[in-house]
Amino acid sequence: MSTLKLGQMILKDCDESRWRLADYEARGGYQVLRRILTENWSQERVIEEVKTSALRGRGGAGFPTGLKWSFMPRQFPGEKYVVCNSDEGEPGTFKDRDILRYNPHSVIEGMIIAGYAMGASCGYNYIHGEIFEVYERFEEALEEARRAGYLGENILGSGFHFELYAHHGYGAYICGEETALLESIEGKKGQPRFKPPFPASYGLYGKPTTINNTETFASVPFLLAMGGEQFLHLGKPNNGGMKIFSVSGHVNRPGNYEIPMGTPFSELLELAGGVRGGRKLKAVIPGGSSAPVVPGDVMMECTMDYDSIAQAGSMLGSGAVIVMDETTCMVKALERLSYFYYEESCGQCTPCREGTGWLYRIVHRIEHGQGRVEDLELLESATSNIMGRTICALGDAASMPVQSFIKHFRDEFLYHIEHKRCLVPPEVQWAGSDIYVEA
Amino acid sequence: MLTLEIDGKPVEVEDGATVMDAANKLGIYIPHFCYHKKLSIAANCRMCLVEVERAPKPLPACATPATNGMKVRTHSRKAITAQKGVMEFLLINHPLDCPICDQGGECQLQDLAVGYGQSAHRFAEAKRVVADKDLGPLIDTFMTRCINCTRCVRFLAEIGGFQELGQAFRGEHAEILPFLGQTVHSEISGNVIDLCPVGALTSKPFLYRARTWELTRRRSISPHDAWGSNLIVQSKHDTVKRVLPLEFEAINECWLSDRDRFAYEGLNASDRLTRPMVKTDGRWVEVAWQTALEVAANRLASVAEENGDDALAFLAHPMSTVEELYLLKALGAAFGAAVDTRIRQRDARADLARGKVAWLNGSITEIVESDGHWFLGADVRRELPLMAVRLRAAAKAGARIVRWDDSDDDWRIPGVDPHKLTAPAMLVALVHFAKHLGVTLPDWAVGLVQQPSPLSAAEFDALSAALRGAQKRRIWLGRPLRAHPNAAEFEWLAEAIAGALGAKLGWLVDGANAVGAAVVGAQATQTAHQLASAGKAGYLLVNLEPEDFAAPDAVADSFARARTVVALTPYASESLKAAADVLLPIAPFTETSGTLVNIEGRLQSFTAVVRPREMTRPGWKVLAALTAMRTGRSVAYTASDAVRDAALPQGWRTQLAQHGLTAIAPAPTLHASAIPAFDRVTLYQGDMIVRRSASLQATDDAKAERGATIPSEEAAA
Ligand SMILES: Cc1cc2nc3c(=O)[nH]c(=O)nc-3n(C[C@H](O)[C@H](O)[C@H](O)COP(=O)(O)O)c2cc1C
Ligand code: SF4
Ligand code: SF4
Ligand code: FES
Repeated sequence: MSTLKLGQMILKDCDESRWRLADYEARGGYQVLRRILTENWSQERVIEEVKTSALRGRGGAGFPTGLKWSFMPRQFPGEKYVVCNSDEGEPGTFKDRDILRYNPHSVIEGMIIAGYAMGASCGYNYIHGEIFEVYERFEEALEEARRAGYLGENILGSGFHFELYAHHGYGAYICGEETALLESIEGKKGQPRFKPPFPASYGLYGKPTTINNTETFASVPFLLAMGGEQFLHLGKPNNGGMKIFSVSGHVNRPGNYEIPMGTPFSELLELAGGVRGGRKLKAVIPGGSSAPVVPGDVMMECTMDYDSIAQAGSMLGSGAVIVMDETTCMVKALERLSYFYYEESCGQCTPCREGTGWLYRIVHRIEHGQGRVEDLELLESATSNIMGRTICALGDAASMPVQSFIKHFRDEFLYHIEHKRCLVPPEVQWAGSDIYVEA
Repeated sequence: MLTLEIDGKPVEVEDGATVMDAANKLGIYIPHFCYHKKLSIAANCRMCLVEVERAPKPLPACATPATNGMKVRTHSRKAITAQKGVMEFLLINHPLDCPICDQGGECQLQDLAVGYGQSAHRFAEAKRVVADKDLGPLIDTFMTRCINCTRCVRFLAEIGGFQELGQAFRGEHAEILPFLGQTVHSEISGNVIDLCPVGALTSKPFLYRARTWELTRRRSISPHDAWGSNLIVQSKHDTVKRVLPLEFEAINECWLSDRDRFAYEGLNASDRLTRPMVKTDGRWVEVAWQTALEVAANRLASVAEENGDDALAFLAHPMSTVEELYLLKALGAAFGAAVDTRIRQRDARADLARGKVAWLNGSITEIVESDGHWFLGADVRRELPLMAVRLRAAAKAGARIVRWDDSDDDWRIPGVDPHKLTAPAMLVALVHFAKHLGVTLPDWAVGLVQQPSPLSAAEFDALSAALRGAQKRRIWLGRPLRAHPNAAEFEWLAEAIAGALGAKLGWLVDGANAVGAAVVGAQATQTAHQLASAGKAGYLLVNLEPEDFAAPDAVADSFARARTVVALTPYASESLKAAADVLLPIAPFTETSGTLVNIEGRLQSFTAVVRPREMTRPGWKVLAALTAMRTGRSVAYTASDAVRDAALPQGWRTQLAQHGLTAIAPAPTLHASAIPAFDRVTLYQGDMIVRRSASLQATDDAKAERGATIPSEEAAA
């Protein structure tokens, strides 16, 4: 089942059979790199273009990429690193997988340019361990790039050196957190580091390091080709460019949709074929499982960009849009999510290690008819004791779904507690489940 | 410098300091578990969360860098709410089995829970249970109590030098474990018991022996090596129950070696000698003190009279106190006996030629300040476990460390540059190195320099460059080297090379009071090892058994042939009963007062921790009584302080050596083929108390030592 539905930039004109170097070059690939190197662009010029474009990190936090690049101590003597985060473990997110599958060279070119702009001569792409064939393909693409002289010593005769390596993880969600990812590359247990120091000063092997998401790097050649100004105008102010949204859940055509930032959610939903079976939209998680859930009617008023989603009380995150229709039991949905965070906590810091299990068990009890009236207050209090008190953002990620589900669907939780069963009758839930529809 | 404000109080700290450092400087307590001043920062427990002005979230004080103008509140509502929240998380899965937990009464979690915990539980789920782990004979585990602060993990990796514990698994399933099929082998492992803020890691020998609040606490000094670690000895009903470190930054910091921590078990061994005994016609009979003293004095006197000069040797373990050794020397003078404590040294020429007393030649804290170290024939982890700790710190600060010795033992010090050399090879290499540096070689070295050098000129250059590149250069003479029959030649070469390289010599002395023994002059022209194996007609032994000497079998044989052997000892072992004919029960260090001079020349006095067992008496009093009997004059000391003051008059420190020896006599020409191998250093066989600690003897190290033959195999190499 191909998930590629629509590409307007990174995913444009590429598919399973057109991922190789020749295809990428035919689409104009590596032209930007060639220009930068032959025209001898200054590092500042590259970074300025990226700043102008208002490209924001596609890994979840939406941090302005140009600003991040400017934090790198470019004059630091000795090794510096650029690292690509392709660990993509957030439930609902599957865009980086498709970028690596259909257009791996865009990531490679983006990383070379990033290395050039930040004075780094070595890069790593950390690829999620459960998509091994994608890792293998990336290795192949690297080999192509090396052979073509885009990687290695003296790239295109410019005197610039850059080597890039692929590294695969083993499927731990926490290794997507940038500092845990660095630990993992170093061969250690993937556990986040306390920040500060930030990777820009103390990163991989203790050296200055910049970490960006796959989509962020892949966007770079395109934004430089069209110019930062034009990239910005693709989207809306402060939210430049195109964005790939991974739409999943109760829609007719789940998949990746690369559309301009600021596109109304309703249009995205339409692209994805609308809510399955013509049912009513109940809720949407607009930015990956960590993002707070937004009720359907609120969502229908939003546009797909960082600012609009933030106004609705959630986050654009990685751009994973999980659509839930009226057949969804919100308690059960939350139980699933809470179980994920409970299983994926690295266990390092107290509130997350102890708290995620507690949250899951309470939600599990409620779902299984053993809820108590005080449980909702307890969940709210426990999540507020986790939020902002942990080493990395996984603590927040585990808490936000709980808080938002209870906030928006309190009645459903109370119904569960009082009646020891679901507000959404089982037969309705079944009707909404793939297994029963298709079997 | 940075200026910030904590709870309204201004404070200045160095750049790079944390909020926790600043609070400590002000004496403001911030609750914490994972933070420890000697360990790296983990910031994982989150107990130290404080409010920082303009920061949206509470921040961990232990990991947050102090900044200029920062305003911190440690007890604001926001801070306390955060701290209480963390405490609740710590307690939800905790078994709360304080009544049966050995940590009870000295538990950081228990203490803080009183301040920050809630009395009512909001946690209604099943609690987690974690399987216990086998960490060997010293450390017991109750892993369900673990709060995953990783102090133990960080200690072993950073201070112990080798990661033996890790946090495996993730999330709620995270557990502290040793490697598969392994336990913990560090020679300083017991410190994790102190570091563990809860009762997850506890002392196996102490388990359920007493509640901590029932224990009497007294300061003491460890007699098991020359470091002079400060101890808190805890006892109940006049029995020592536990030993803990007494924090002393300049010596042991807050650490203890396992030897110092667990040796106390030997104090309560079943073969404690508690009454004087005399062997008559091959049978041991208990006698009154007066009778025993008379028999001892008479037997020694008759040997002195009948066997003439050189018939007697009075030997003591170098753990014996300044007071004991000073009075032993007086007793030796009264009997015309040679007095010595160098039980494992095979060469007396080095000390004789040097004249001055071998010691560290500097302070313990200087070790970390020195950035170039060259170890000759040393076995640091076994000799002085806490010296290895200091060296790890030096290595971390960038010191170059080179070792020449014949062992494969991993010192667990990062960056150490090892050269494996047998004793003869090392001597040849030193001669060549000295020549390489332009030293004029003495006659005895002529034969050695004809041998090919085990190291190349390039290697010598690299070594000189490494040492010359350092600001403070030290050359250390280890115990195996100092015990060697050619210790004098080794030291001559080391001193010559030290001169050429601008380095300072230091001696890793053997025995808690080795320096004190030399200072009070308890040294003869032969070493105790030589005297003991020389087949004298009479011996007097203090705190010694045949097993203590470099060659136990030869010594036992020599004792068996002697006319009389009088032993002042806390124990009546079978080997001693076979060797001796008078046994006088004297107090071990916990039952008397005394003074030890440690390796850095620091004089440390201690007092009794418990009452002496039955008829046991302080060694110094017994020695004074014997002297009085011999001389007919009563000895005028009523307290050990007075003995100490007589033994160490003003200015005694001028006796400490600044340089190695520069001429040896006699010094016959040496041939490499005639040079024997180095003796092995043991961790847990060095004195009577340590040998009786059942837990230490159950360690893999001790088992290997008891199985090993001394000296080792490579004599042939
Ligand atoms: C628990 C956790 C998991 C994360 N997983 C990912 C991930 O899989 N991929 C990713 O790009 N960023 C992930 N992030 C965000 C990264 O830490 C980091 O912010 C991002 O890679 C920076 O790249 P960007 O600026 O291009 O977004 C995760 C963060 C957390 C806290
Ligand atoms: S918040 Fe969770 S995942 Fe992040 S460091 Fe702490 S325990 Fe690990
Ligand atoms: S065993 Fe003790 S020291 Fe080690 S992590 Fe657990 S609580 Fe901390
Ligand atoms: S003491 Fe600061 S987080 Fe543990």
